[in-house]
Parts: sequence; C-alpha cells; structure tokens
Amino acid sequence: MNKVTHIEEAIAAIPSGAVVMVGGFGSPGTPFSLINELLRQGQKHLTLIKNDANEAGIGISKLIEAGRVDRLITTHIGLNKTAIEWMNTQRLEVEFHPQGMLAEKIRTAGAGSFGFLTDIGLGCEITREDQLLDWEGERYKVEMALKADFALIHAARSDRLGNLVYEGSAMNFSPLMAMAADQVIVETPECCEPGEIAPNQIHTPCAFVNSLVLLPLLTQEYAVMEHHVRH
Amino acid sequence: MSDIEIILKRAVHEVHPGSILNLGIGLPTQLLDYLPDDLDVMIHSENGVLGAWKQAPREEMSASLIDAAGAYISTVKGCSFFDSAVSFAMIRRSKIDLTMIGAFEVDQEGNLANWKIPGKFSPGIGGAMELAQKTPRIVVLSTHCDKHGKPKILTKCRLPVTAYHCVSRIITDKAVLDVTPDGLLVTEMAAGMTPESLQAITEAPLIFAADTLDLTEEVKLS
Repeated sequence: MNKVTHIEEAIAAIPSGAVVMVGGFGSPGTPFSLINELLRQGQKHLTLIKNDANEAGIGISKLIEAGRVDRLITTHIGLNKTAIEWMNTQRLEVEFHPQGMLAEKIRTAGAGSFGFLTDIGLGCEITREDQLLDWEGERYKVEMALKADFALIHAARSDRLGNLVYEGSAMNFSPLMAMAADQVIVETPECCEPGEIAPNQIHTPCAFVNSLVLLPLLTQEYAVMEHHVRH
Repeated sequence: MSDIEIILKRAVHEVHPGSILNLGIGLPTQLLDYLPDDLDVMIHSENGVLGAWKQAPREEMSASLIDAAGAYISTVKGCSFFDSAVSFAMIRRSKIDLTMIGAFEVDQEGNLANWKIPGKFSPGIGGAMELAQKTPRIVVLSTHCDKHGKPKILTKCRLPVTAYHCVSRIITDKAVLDVTPDGLLVTEMAAGMTPESLQAITEAPLIFAADTLDLTEEVKLS
C-alpha cells in the first residue's frame, strides 16, 4: 500500500464546483502547496470550508482573490481585509459559524452521524426559527453535520500509508476534516516507512487518507511571518 | 499611564493561581505582558493549546505554534495540543474558569455584544459566542467609552448579542463594575472620578458601593 501521489495528479481529481475542506487555523496547518496547485489548475465555483480566510495574498485568499471561490463556510475572517471586501461587495458568499460549532459539525459528519443538539446561539440572530427543537421540556438548536467532497490537509509527518502526525497548533481542524471528506489529500515534508511512527503517536489513521503529496521543501509561506513577531 | 495600561494592570488582579483562563483577541491578549513569569495558571487558546504563554524568544519560535491571535507563543510545562473539537468541548463543558473578553457594548443585565456591527464590521463570530455563553466567569476589558466618546455600558445592548447574562465584571479605565441582580455596582473608580462624572459617561444607572476603592491605587499595587 502506497498513497504517495504527484501533486498534479492528486489535485486534478478535484472538479470545478467541488466542496473542499481546508485545514489550518491562520497559517499553521494550512496546506499552502496543495492550494497553490489548485490555483494553478484553475478549478472554479468552489465552496471552501476553513476556520478563517488566511491573510491577503496567501493560502485560500489566493483562490478567493482569483475569483475561484463562490462560497466560504468559516468562523472569522478578521485578519483578511481583502476577503472582507469581497464579502461586502457580494463577490464572495460567506457563512459564519461559532468556531466550536463548525468543528463539531465537521466532527459529526466524520463520525458518520447527521446532526446534533446544542444550546449555543439560542436567542441570537444566527439561529433561525426552523432550527429550534423542543424535547422533554428543554429547547435546543439543531446543527446538521457538515461533510465535503475533498479535504486538503498539511501533516508535519506521515508514513507512506498515510498515517499522519500534526505539530503544535497546526492540528486544529485537520483531523476532523480528514474524517469528514470523501477524498483526503495530504501534503507533508516528511514521509517515513510504516512502523517508524509509533502506533500511539498517530493522530489520523491511514484509513482516512487517500493520497499523499511529498513536499521537497517548505517554501517561505510556511515560515514564521515577521509581521506577527512583536519586538 | 495610558487608559489601556490602567485596564490591563487592574485586570492582572483577576487572575488567580491554579486557574484556567482564556484571553480574547485584542485588549485581553495584551494582558500576557503584564502577568508575572512564575504565575501558576494554564492559558487556553481556542486553536488547540492548553498552557500557552508569552511570545517565544526569536530562536525558539515555531511556525507551527501560534495562539488564536496569531502570536508565536511559548508554552508552559504540562502544555497540551489538541484539535478544535476538543478545544471547544473544553469550553462548552465549562472547564475554562475565567475568560477576559473585549466588548462593543455591555449592558446592566450582563448581556454582551462583541461580534458584529451591522453594515460596518462583521468579521465573524470566532470563539466568542461559546466562550461568553459557557465560561463561568466573564470579565469584560474595555475602555469606558468608544472612540467617539459614546458610552459602551448601556441599559440594553443595541447591537446583535453574543451571549445573554454572561458578564460578571467590567473593568474600564474609569471604573470596576460588577453585574448584580440589582444592576451595575461600582466597586472602584479612577482618581478624579465622582459618582456624578462616572454616571454622566455611562448609560446604565449605577449603584455605588459604600466603600468605593480607588482604581488607580489598586493599579499601583500591581
């Protein structure tokens, strides 16, 4: 079993109109190389699901700025003025969720279930009347599971079977998305032989991974961003 | 001392050893700089860190490790990393003892509005709604008035509400106010403020503690 695939071939599986989950909270965990290849190949009318919109000029913001994204399902895009501008001028449809609700909707889909009940956002403007459910004297909000056609994931390390390890805060939505998408494409700078990662160190088991793209080097996009360093 | 410094130096007194806290993006995250280095707390960052600490030294910064505000952080001993579902399970199960959070508006019932100014500013909800709704103690850190000099402490929030009846205490550059069943109780005031001058810049009616402390003196103690 070997899931190592060339980046062009892996990304070519994504058609225009696809629903694509993208891992990452800010830069950590963002699969910059897979996103750049998706930009290069030119797929259009994408629906993206990501915690945020990265920052202007990098990550999924490149896809948004190139007009490839019809819809973004997210939690917060405050660090990306360009994305806010695209939203405010109706060139990008944005659907906001409380962050933990987005995570839980994805986790629920990944667990093979269809929805869950919560009290988050009851009485707030994000909750619609048709989402309310009264059950045994309590009022709940129904949240439906959220799945996708593809997930693009960055792992710090993998074996060639696709057993994944994440690093630091780069884990965030990635293990959840890897379970909730039909096809999971992973990029990693470090690929080893099966057995080299201890079984109890694996964050995402290989059953959830379809293809694995090896990164020969990590480009500048993966480095510490100087404008976030305070002096 | 700037208004921000007054707020942050006073806010340090809210942090109790042995507790787990979350610092909202903006003013609250700046509190990190004011915390003593040997403080026994666990800081939760909703991007999947329990045990976040101040900015890491340059040579130890990792591009894979930030807090929710984007700072390249260091970690304390006993720190753990986890996914976003676990991170928010921690919040919704009320395992975070204290959240310090910013506000556009806060009212006398402890309702908080901090995520959307319709037509002007709507970058999204982020973790604010779940933190506000589920943390047992919410302390709002905010300037007393907005940049146009208008009151932010209102009788009733006018902006879309983030969470209802969630705020315990409000710390501003002018006063410390507790949300009580009877209304907003002023326990500390900055030097030079009088009950009349504070009420004049606050929309909600205020109640004053019999022994209102000097906020500025409290700040000097830190």
